[in-house]
Amino acid sequence: MASRSAAKLRTDRLVGLVGRVRELGLLVALGIIVVVVGVQEPRFATPNNARQILLAVSILAVLAVGQTLVVLTRNVDLSIASIVGLVAYTAGYLFQQDIDTPVPVVVLVACLLGLGLGAINGLLVTVGRVPAIVATLGTLYVFRGVDYWVAGGKQIVTRDLPRAYRDIALTRVVGVPVPVIVAGLIAIVVAYALRYTRTGRQLYAIGSNPDAARLAGLRSDLLVFGAFAASGLLAGVAGILWGARFGAVDARAAYGYELQVVAAVVVGGVNIFGGSGTVFGAVLGAIVLGTIANSLTILRLNPFWLQAISGAGILVAVTIDSLITRRLQRALVARRNR
Amino acid sequence: MQPIEALSPRLPDPVIELVGVAKRFGAVQALKGVDLALLPGDVHALVGENGAGKSTLVKMLAGVHRPDSGLMRMRGAEVVFHGPLDARTHGVAVIHQHPTLFPDLDIAENVFMGRQPRDRAGRIAWRAMYREVGQLLATLGVRLNVRTPVRGLSVADQQLVEIAKALSLNARVLVMDEPTASLSAREVERLFAIVRSLRARAVALLFVSHRLDEVFALSDRITVFRDGAHVVTAPTAELTTEETIRHMVGRRLEALFPKEEAEIGDVVLEVRGLTRPGVFRDVSFSLRRGEILGLFGLVGAGRTEVARVVFGADRAEAGEIRIDGRRVVIDSPLTALRHGIGYVPEDRHGQGLVLDFPITANVTLPILPRLSRWSLLDRRRERAVAATYAGRLQVKAAGLDQAASALSGGTQQKVVLAKWLATDPKVLILDEPTRGIDIGTKAEVHRIVSHLATQGMAIVLISSELPEVLAMADRVLVMHEGRVTGEFDRGAADQERVMFAATGQEHGGVVSAPPKAEAHGVA
Amino acid sequence: MKRAAVWDVLARWETLLVGLLVATLVWGSVRSEFFFEGSNFTVASSNFMERAIMALPMTLIIIAGEIDLSVGSILGLASAILGITWDAGWPLWLCIAAALLLGAVCGLLNGLLVTRLGLPSLVVTLGTLALYRGLAYVVLGGSGGQKAISDFPAGFADFGFDPIPGTVLPWSTLIFLPLVALFFVLLHRSWIGRQIYATGLNKEAARFSTVRVARLKIALYVASGTLAALAGVIFTARVSSSRADNALGFELDVIAAVLLGGVSIFGGRGTLVGVLLSLAIVATLRNALAITNVGPDIQSFAVGGLLILSVLGPNLARRIPRGGPRHGPGSSGFRPTSEPRTEPQPGD
Repeated sequence: MASRSAAKLRTDRLVGLVGRVRELGLLVALGIIVVVVGVQEPRFATPNNARQILLAVSILAVLAVGQTLVVLTRNVDLSIASIVGLVAYTAGYLFQQDIDTPVPVVVLVACLLGLGLGAINGLLVTVGRVPAIVATLGTLYVFRGVDYWVAGGKQIVTRDLPRAYRDIALTRVVGVPVPVIVAGLIAIVVAYALRYTRTGRQLYAIGSNPDAARLAGLRSDLLVFGAFAASGLLAGVAGILWGARFGAVDARAAYGYELQVVAAVVVGGVNIFGGSGTVFGAVLGAIVLGTIANSLTILRLNPFWLQAISGAGILVAVTIDSLITRRLQRALVARRNR
Repeated sequence: MQPIEALSPRLPDPVIELVGVAKRFGAVQALKGVDLALLPGDVHALVGENGAGKSTLVKMLAGVHRPDSGLMRMRGAEVVFHGPLDARTHGVAVIHQHPTLFPDLDIAENVFMGRQPRDRAGRIAWRAMYREVGQLLATLGVRLNVRTPVRGLSVADQQLVEIAKALSLNARVLVMDEPTASLSAREVERLFAIVRSLRARAVALLFVSHRLDEVFALSDRITVFRDGAHVVTAPTAELTTEETIRHMVGRRLEALFPKEEAEIGDVVLEVRGLTRPGVFRDVSFSLRRGEILGLFGLVGAGRTEVARVVFGADRAEAGEIRIDGRRVVIDSPLTALRHGIGYVPEDRHGQGLVLDFPITANVTLPILPRLSRWSLLDRRRERAVAATYAGRLQVKAAGLDQAASALSGGTQQKVVLAKWLATDPKVLILDEPTRGIDIGTKAEVHRIVSHLATQGMAIVLISSELPEVLAMADRVLVMHEGRVTGEFDRGAADQERVMFAATGQEHGGVVSAPPKAEAHGVA
Repeated sequence: MKRAAVWDVLARWETLLVGLLVATLVWGSVRSEFFFEGSNFTVASSNFMERAIMALPMTLIIIAGEIDLSVGSILGLASAILGITWDAGWPLWLCIAAALLLGAVCGLLNGLLVTRLGLPSLVVTLGTLALYRGLAYVVLGGSGGQKAISDFPAGFADFGFDPIPGTVLPWSTLIFLPLVALFFVLLHRSWIGRQIYATGLNKEAARFSTVRVARLKIALYVASGTLAALAGVIFTARVSSSRADNALGFELDVIAAVLLGGVSIFGGRGTLVGVLLSLAIVATLRNALAITNVGPDIQSFAVGGLLILSVLGPNLARRIPRGGPRHGPGSSGFRPTSEPRTEPQPGD
């Protein structure tokens, strides 16, 4: 009898560990990539390159954080890339009209725009009862269409943008580029909220068992709406960072980027069925993807490998998750019945 | 109808009362003006056949339904529950048959979701929460790691988490709907111990069950419903099982289980040493034409799991199956069908029927290729076949095009039966075929099964209803936690012996009735 | 639900689609005087042929309870393979065969991941959407982006584009129509179609009724991949060029057409007739916009809107009983854990 409960406690701890294995695995994978590529090309494993990677990844990380919120509730947001593109173009457009527009104003407009677009997604899913995949696949094209309509084939060029705006991407604080700080702060704040606020925990509950959530009186619709709105808001922030970083923006900005975001999130261990996953994991996933992208450039490989790798990454990550869960279930059932 | 006041005057005031409560769903009057009072520190059992209205009553206490007429009172004051959350706020906790927990979250969070304790800074105080839940579980005498995700817990453990949740909400009324349905014997004991300890806390307990032995072991008072009406409420000590059954059923028991004598032929199915590690071990039995083999056991015994392997829905790791003496490998339900094996599953809605399909489509689903020419479905033949088998089983419906979802439970079960009969099986495995069916259709199903046996079909009847098994089976095989623990001939099987085996005490060999003993050759 | 009532539902949704088609045609003729010209019909239909072809197996897949987001990428990859094999000097028929084989393999991978590993098809095909498209880019390689291969023989190039002499129908119609007939018979007349509906409505019950669910789904995915590759061949012929970004975004139109056609995203419901009608609607819509110089990306705006409306509409119209295909509460296309009942049922 005593050995049975000891075994049980061991099983329980095993279950708890699995959650952390994922993040550990990612760090290991990251380490391996750094070593392998660094050996080939010494330029890779330098602090300067690390800074480059983090800078490039900051946008992806911000989007991954937003996507995490949505995926936790058992939904998905495929329209974020279109929101980023539309926001980046709008920001540039405002400056194009008047280069003296104060940057904080444009940033505010961008955030509100992102928030509004995210809210549209939220309404479609909660009030309209449209499955998230259909809703955001549709808004992916609707928002992008608006972008094309507004842009009308034109382009924002660096010349149109004020120095202060571009500085968002260029400035460093204590050696760390501003976008990285922004991404880091966002990640920390959201991670905190997900761990230490009741609202954050309720997101997990909704994704884990929507029926039970309803029975428990959780305001599922409101929270799902909020998740989409937040995702939109963060996409707005990402849009500002995008515009600041790339300068030249046209209607095709960030086209197809949603795939990398989903890949980052899934690889980062956020369960596509909702209910589990961490911001830390999602950000790690983004860093891994960003590192791979960077190594492709450094090794002078075809950059289009990144898309294929993102796709493969999604498949591998979900497969591993499924196999682990299955093995774990079997182990637990077997131990119970012994 | 016994008014509560007529009982001992020294009873405490009820925590919650339903007075003259009625509820109608469309054309069905589910509850017809019933009364029920739950007293603090009192374990009250609600029994009745399926369709008696127990579930509706539970849902009303849970705040899911509102009474059409009548009222609810808590501590003398009239209340209306506007929803499940409202019911909980009033201190009524309901534990449904299937736990409604969050599988990815740990026990502690499940107990405290939405109300997690916070520290002075407003952050969730995780350690404090773990400590509190740990203490809560300890007072229930449960040893579980509060950090375990609920997903990894057995149904029994999940139930305990639900109880812990209810207690942490200071529930004054705890309602449990068929709590022992998925529990092993040991887990049932544990649950009972907890229920008794709750009684000491002056919680009013209502549990709904159709397991009369448990009802009599645990409850202080029993209420019987029949056809939506209150029949009797009495202290458990003043009732006997027979009386209770009579109240539930309204007629004598014998008429329910008509069994015809069937000629028993050759062995058609033989199972030897079937093993699925962690699920069941070394299961062997044989089945003859015309024979009804009862497979009895408490929940968790592994009976359905064995059936699934014979039917090809799961794979065994060891052992063999022989049909008509020839060894066969059954790797899918289709293969099973080809060998003449049919299986009526336990879960009618989830596995037995496609609820949105009409009766015709449900009945013909396994035999579609047989009804087709060059892959094209012959709709006329389909309707003819469906009509034939539905007619044979006297499926009462507005028409064969009626969707299965619109049928009553009993009629649905007949459709599933018709489906398998249409495949012309040699062996038919029935898994809890009369669960959740009204009494009339139950008798019909028994008659049908018995008749099939007389026509030479070999039948395995899996059931956890001892009277059913004893009345219908020619032989009874008993399983307990994955092993075969007993085999009895019809004459030798009685309640005690079979229950003995079902709770883990093994008999060596077959127990036969003395005069007509027949060696079946199974060790 | 009696048969009469079921028919009512179907009839109503298809009637709506017919009305919508008529409305779109009228709108098109208003927007441009060239709209009803024969040559315009040829262009419009040949432009849409690839998407129409891919919509056929997609209908079956969605009815079976799954989805395939990777069709556009398989099309692109097939086009790329066609290009490089041709560029390498293979005879054309062999290049086409290679492309089709590749499509089948891509579909097989999808099918295996979904059935053997039990992974949600949404995520799997999202992953393969990226994987296959990425591979298409890599295969066609070239520095700084994509290479385009465009020296296909004249006959091939004309195939996708020219009308059959004496008619306004493009040659590709000769492939499309038999496929339509095949899929119609498969879905609505054969026993396999019945199994597809059963699988979509209740996978477990279908399995317990001896339906070989895994085999069925794998077959559907292989069919989807093969036909996507076929569409890739036709597309390459039509644009006379093999580019990795061929047909970017086609999956939107295909899925929009299928859902608009009355197929429920949750499976088990829908008809091929409805899908054919909605294909016509989407094709007409795109054509009417294109003919007035609205770019393809803004056209996609309209199609995206149509996709949303095709689900939103019935949901809002569900206040009226039986308003077309049913779509449950939003849960990213997964089956909701409990379908809301229209009426509380008495407990058993």
